[in-house]
Amino acid sequence: MTKLIVDGKEIDVPPHYTLLQACEAAGAEIPRFCFHERLSIAGNCRMCLVELKGSPKPVASCAWGVRDCRPGPNGEPPEVLTRSPMVKKARQGVMEFLLINHPLDCPICDQGGECDLQDQAMAYGTDSSRFKENKRAVEDKYIGVLVKTSMNRCIQCTRCVRFAAEVAGVPELGAIGRGEDMEITTYLEQAMTSELQGNVVDLCPVGALTSKPYAFVARPWELGKTESIDVMDAVGSAIRIDTRGREVMRILPRVNEAVNEEWISDKTRHVVDGLRTQRLDTPYLRENGRLREASWPEAFAAIAARVKAAPPERMGAIVGDLAACEEIFALKDLMTRLSVRNLDCRQDGAALDPALGRASYLFNATIQGIEDAGALLIVGSNPRKEAAVLNARIRKRWRLNHFPIGLIGERVDLTYPYRYLGAGPETLAQLLQGGDFLESLKSAERPMILVGQGALARPDGAAVAALAARLAGEVGAVTDGWNGFCVLHTAAARVGALDLGFVPGPGGKSALEMVQPGALDVLFLLGADEIDVPPGAFTVYIGSHGDRGAHCADVVLPGAAYPEKSGTYVNTEGRVQLAARAAFPPGDAREDWAILRALSDVLGQRLPYDSLGALRRAMYAAHPHLQRIDEIAAGDPADIARLAARAGAVDKAPFKSAIADFYLTNPIARASLVMAECSALAEGHQALTAAE
Amino acid sequence: MAVRRLADKSIQPKDFAFTAENLAWAKQQIAKYPEGRQASAVIPLLWRAQEQAGGWLPEPAIRTVADLLGMPYIRVLEVATFYTMFNLAPVGRYHVQVCGTTPCMLRGAEALKEVCRRRIGEQMHVTEDGTFSWVEVECLGACVNAPMAQINYDYYEDLTPESFNRILDDLAAGRPVKPGPQIDRQFSAPVGGPTTLTDPSLYTGTGRHGGPSLTDSDAKRPGAAANVSESPVPKAPIADASATTAPSTRRE
Repeated sequence: MTKLIVDGKEIDVPPHYTLLQACEAAGAEIPRFCFHERLSIAGNCRMCLVELKGSPKPVASCAWGVRDCRPGPNGEPPEVLTRSPMVKKARQGVMEFLLINHPLDCPICDQGGECDLQDQAMAYGTDSSRFKENKRAVEDKYIGVLVKTSMNRCIQCTRCVRFAAEVAGVPELGAIGRGEDMEITTYLEQAMTSELQGNVVDLCPVGALTSKPYAFVARPWELGKTESIDVMDAVGSAIRIDTRGREVMRILPRVNEAVNEEWISDKTRHVVDGLRTQRLDTPYLRENGRLREASWPEAFAAIAARVKAAPPERMGAIVGDLAACEEIFALKDLMTRLSVRNLDCRQDGAALDPALGRASYLFNATIQGIEDAGALLIVGSNPRKEAAVLNARIRKRWRLNHFPIGLIGERVDLTYPYRYLGAGPETLAQLLQGGDFLESLKSAERPMILVGQGALARPDGAAVAALAARLAGEVGAVTDGWNGFCVLHTAAARVGALDLGFVPGPGGKSALEMVQPGALDVLFLLGADEIDVPPGAFTVYIGSHGDRGAHCADVVLPGAAYPEKSGTYVNTEGRVQLAARAAFPPGDAREDWAILRALSDVLGQRLPYDSLGALRRAMYAAHPHLQRIDEIAAGDPADIARLAARAGAVDKAPFKSAIADFYLTNPIARASLVMAECSALAEGHQALTAAE
Repeated sequence: MAVRRLADKSIQPKDFAFTAENLAWAKQQIAKYPEGRQASAVIPLLWRAQEQAGGWLPEPAIRTVADLLGMPYIRVLEVATFYTMFNLAPVGRYHVQVCGTTPCMLRGAEALKEVCRRRIGEQMHVTEDGTFSWVEVECLGACVNAPMAQINYDYYEDLTPESFNRILDDLAAGRPVKPGPQIDRQFSAPVGGPTTLTDPSLYTGTGRHGGPSLTDSDAKRPGAAANVSESPVPKAPIADASATTAPSTRRE
């Protein structure tokens, strides 16, 4: 620890701290533009100048180490002043220079009201400019469909350049030219291809990079802000939902060090317009092959008539990817009361069995644990598409120091180099026999085996899971205090549904068996859109969007999308998180649990809870771990050994990632114009790369 | 300094590839740097690409260099647009760089620029026949011989509009020209010959020393040790003249 005097206050900080960190530790406020905690230090905005006793000039505190400070003449600790007249004058000078070329267009700038430059100019700037010459003009650049540029406003902090190169791992942004003519752009103004590009909008301290879909839509001070949880993937990123009236205007990330740090994927951020289109706002009933609008009692009566006529073994229920624990619990409760055993939450047929214990389907090492891992083997997954934020965490670990990464599956650009081991399960089996990558896994401290849905959602998925578990045991990935067997989910609802045991009961049919033609008479779909339902069974769809599920349904019951309900979600690590309600469902749509509660009444099997609170009490009584919000109930490491024991034959088919198109994985995303545009752009890019 | 952009798409060649000879040279340059530091070779490679492409950097050349070094295209573009010696648009067979910085300006660079404007046109404009283009540059470090201009690799110094015109005429006609000072002057020695060390006896061995001023053996004689200093002991500042001990210059 090093002693330091900041504004007359003595503090003790670790020697690797920068002056800026030390000043913040002492409670001083340091303005900054280019400095960002999660990016490398550039030191080019000069806003963080402080006075260091003994230094003739003010120093940039973000780029000055505490251990570089010299002690006073009699060995006193180095002294830093952050509020001296010299510092004030220096910051005023820097601010005046920054504002020389910054246009005075705050009234028409989308950053207005949440602009670092605006705020800091108020706090540290002067009231007038001495600059009489012409201002610089910069052409706006095209850098994709998500980020709008107003390059006149750019102050060249290069945060976006550093983010693209370091965190996103897709170095497409750069600063061309020099001096006053320096401009931020992509190569020949090509669109950015990163799944995390939306974050440069948050990073930009001025209004140079703003959100294109959100351009001129709302002002920050007129938005209601609700802290919630994202459901676009199974990472469960912390988000803030901004609403105006009953409409969701935008989604921003929140800081959660354990999950998403402060990044979110583009799908999480820009799916917003999908919440407005294709919405189901009234019940529908199929008559003569066409869906017509109906009232709730009509729809319920039609369901009741069919349910009463069908024997329990000819009925089934499938839970989709966006459902919250509450409605899954209510649906399971209702189905149990109807003696239905055909339940499933695994639309893709993934070989995940809660009977084997929670550790067999969790990302046991945790997302933060990736940073402690010593080696990584990815099996049948493309984390860049399946969990973009988690992939950034792997990249962060890879940048830290030596981190051998192996991949079995599709050969794709993951933004970090890896050893390509092979395409299918036989490579996994070979790896168990030996080889130098097995050695590097074995020799590494805390190795990790990441198993994707691409490896599990196939006929031999159980055998592949067993092989991976055996490998985890073999290389010492499961020890005291470390469980490196990690299942990466793609569906936000999956882990919660498995925790609630929404899988076939004794003799029950799985999702894939349920959708065999003629298998069932009545089928309930709770937001299940990723499965092809054959005609024949009377299908009841409960969900928010008119997507695949609603198209094949006989009765459509309009539910709430994720910002419109309060729900519990369990992420891929097993972390229980509570999503808050930010808006209300449109029209006659209701919260899903309330629909099930009302339906249960009509079916003569009234569910014993009349409020969300009562439902949660019942759920917590049955599954106590769900009430420990933001905590992980760790799985039992012994489960991995049990899983490993279930060996079986594997076939030769290569692994395929569970996600074909990152931008169109769920009904909300498919309803979004922005996502469609991104998808078309990404496809065009792929075609271009393939042609080259 | 003007905004530096790549040349218009219509004049960019479709592709670019190093000649076998240049490629071998490039590989040699890359091999100079340790594994993982290949990007260090970007400037020499860009320079060689510019030479091969006739004095300017086409866009495909930037991509070729990036691919050769395993760098993202934008990183190479950053370098190419940063350094003003990389021409991003085509130049003439003779690219004239007229120095316009203070010493040259005071000695008549304005008149040279006027010659260029009259004969060639605007800056970075290539004449019809592709012979000339010109650009004003910052100091080229030949201030003693101001005004001056660099044409391709050679400096032409002590120019007047007349001599400059003549050089351009000769170049256009393919006649040989003489680089360096264009007046009666040796390198950067004084105009009209030396003004000091003019005593012939210095060179004949008949002067005060009775021999050459410095013989070969003198030059090779070991001198005093490096730590023997002839400078006087520093005195205390006037205000501190009464101080008994010399003040330390270092803070403890």
